[in-house]
Amino acid sequence: MEARRSTHAAGAQPPEHETSGGMERTATLDVAKIRGDFPILHRKVHGRPLVYLDNAASSQKPAVVVAAVSGYFLNSHANVHRGAHQLSVEATGAYESAREAVAGFIGAAPAEVIFTRGTTEAINLVAASWGGSELREGDEILLTLMEHHSNLVPWQLAARRTGARLRFAGLTPEGRLDVEDLFAKLGPRTRIVAVTHVSNTLGVVNPVADIAARAHEAGALCLVDGAQAAPHLPVDVGAIGCDFYAFSGHKMCGPTGIGALWGRRELLEEMPPWQGGGEMISEVRLEESTWADLPHKFEAGTPSIGDAVGLGAAVRYLEQVGREAIHAHEEELTTYALDRLRELDGFRLFGPATDRVGVISFEYGDIHAHDLATILDARGVAIRAGHHCNQPLMDHLGVGATARASLYLYNTREEIDELVEGLLAARDLFGGFS
Amino acid sequence: MTDRDARPEAAATPPLHQLYQEVILDHYRRPRNKGAIAEPTHSITMNNPLCGDVIELLLEVRGGRIERAAFEGRGCSISQASASMLTERVTGRTPREALDIAARFTRMLHGDAEAAEDPALGDLRALAGVAKFPVRVKCALLPWNCLEELVDDRP
Repeated sequence: MEARRSTHAAGAQPPEHETSGGMERTATLDVAKIRGDFPILHRKVHGRPLVYLDNAASSQKPAVVVAAVSGYFLNSHANVHRGAHQLSVEATGAYESAREAVAGFIGAAPAEVIFTRGTTEAINLVAASWGGSELREGDEILLTLMEHHSNLVPWQLAARRTGARLRFAGLTPEGRLDVEDLFAKLGPRTRIVAVTHVSNTLGVVNPVADIAARAHEAGALCLVDGAQAAPHLPVDVGAIGCDFYAFSGHKMCGPTGIGALWGRRELLEEMPPWQGGGEMISEVRLEESTWADLPHKFEAGTPSIGDAVGLGAAVRYLEQVGREAIHAHEEELTTYALDRLRELDGFRLFGPATDRVGVISFEYGDIHAHDLATILDARGVAIRAGHHCNQPLMDHLGVGATARASLYLYNTREEIDELVEGLLAARDLFGGFS
Repeated sequence: MTDRDARPEAAATPPLHQLYQEVILDHYRRPRNKGAIAEPTHSITMNNPLCGDVIELLLEVRGGRIERAAFEGRGCSISQASASMLTERVTGRTPREALDIAARFTRMLHGDAEAAEDPALGDLRALAGVAKFPVRVKCALLPWNCLEELVDDRP
């Protein structure tokens, strides 16, 4: 992944900027056209044009995704994998075709892609199923200080059930993962390294391919939390070389309540089911049952068919726009945002300035993040304030909360300017900094 | 154009100047009674798990009166100013009187116009504007929730 990213960055042409209708246009991405795909971006908030910079929490949806979900329910809905009738055949086709699209999106085989409610459920699946059957007392689960609660709490639960022990790799002063510390903590008792691909607070991209390789050398597995990576970077699970990859649909233009776990087939085949019910069985007797083939073994009950169809449409949309183009646009916009923000007295960035995505966590003078968010909201600018489900990281950084602006394919330089104007207005409202 | 018509009405810009009054910013920047007290008889720490605001409220109750009140914590201007103003307002009062102020203050934050005029609230009326920012009401109430937890069962 790292190699691919730097190759791409080195080969990227300097973007050509044209102003067209107040929207930015680059040589690779027609942002004005893209904004036309997202109806919500044209509404007002408190009488001001919406500037949506809370994409790391959840992205907005293009009309084509909403149309795919409603079209499915209006025309083709029935339960999947059951009926001998036409609608069930169509519903099954739509559901499995979404799985194929999602698999293609990350370079995987469809049978290795399990639909979940999101990243959180995907990691809980691994922690419960693999962790429950494989972890023993004294085994070690290696995490990092920058994990989202969703890649921390499931492992705490697994550790409590099995007697395994949690270990944590630290950070460098710059706010990167301390990879040497992580490698030093990889040992004979390490059974799994669970690490985020991109930090949802620091924005930093972790060298997950190196981590997966070292984990394997140490005889451990590697799970990658891709919630903040899949929406923004080209992802190929084969190139990363990890064993599990988890991500959410709603952060990448898809519906809420749907996401995916990818796992290596031989692991998934060995792992026991984690929930029982319909759909996941082959044969059921009163005392015991046998399991369905992959991926259905891990999809008990009627799945969220409409949401899966929506995720399939989101993946096709992103591929049609072009993931390299999205990444290049975000990289250029992130550089612009950091350049503008760092001109402000009192601006303090959390996380490194390079090897990052457009997740920008910051402090501004002595104005608390919640106050910034309220003042920006009054101007139509949506950012996040808080601990970002990263409480241990906040403790490490010595702050209770940060403000976070996070970018996506539809954001523009003009919107960054609005953010900067809003911060200056906040400073004025507070009468400067003390 | 049906889609456009179906969009929510744009709400008016919230009155930021009503929220960030000078007295609030002053308490935020120069908090009163922030820090430990020598012999607290009551103390409690509460947090808002959604946003990470933390308030520790310390009281020294002697002879049926709150002789000293202090707080520690971190958070937004609203939670910190509210805590600072609380310590000033309840010092010298009985726990029952302090709870009465907490009840009036809570009514004010839930938009009760009469409570916003209540002279018993003193400076605290500067926080009346918070009622127009529903997501911030919990910030202003956090220190008062501490007070209610502390003295609720000790009239």
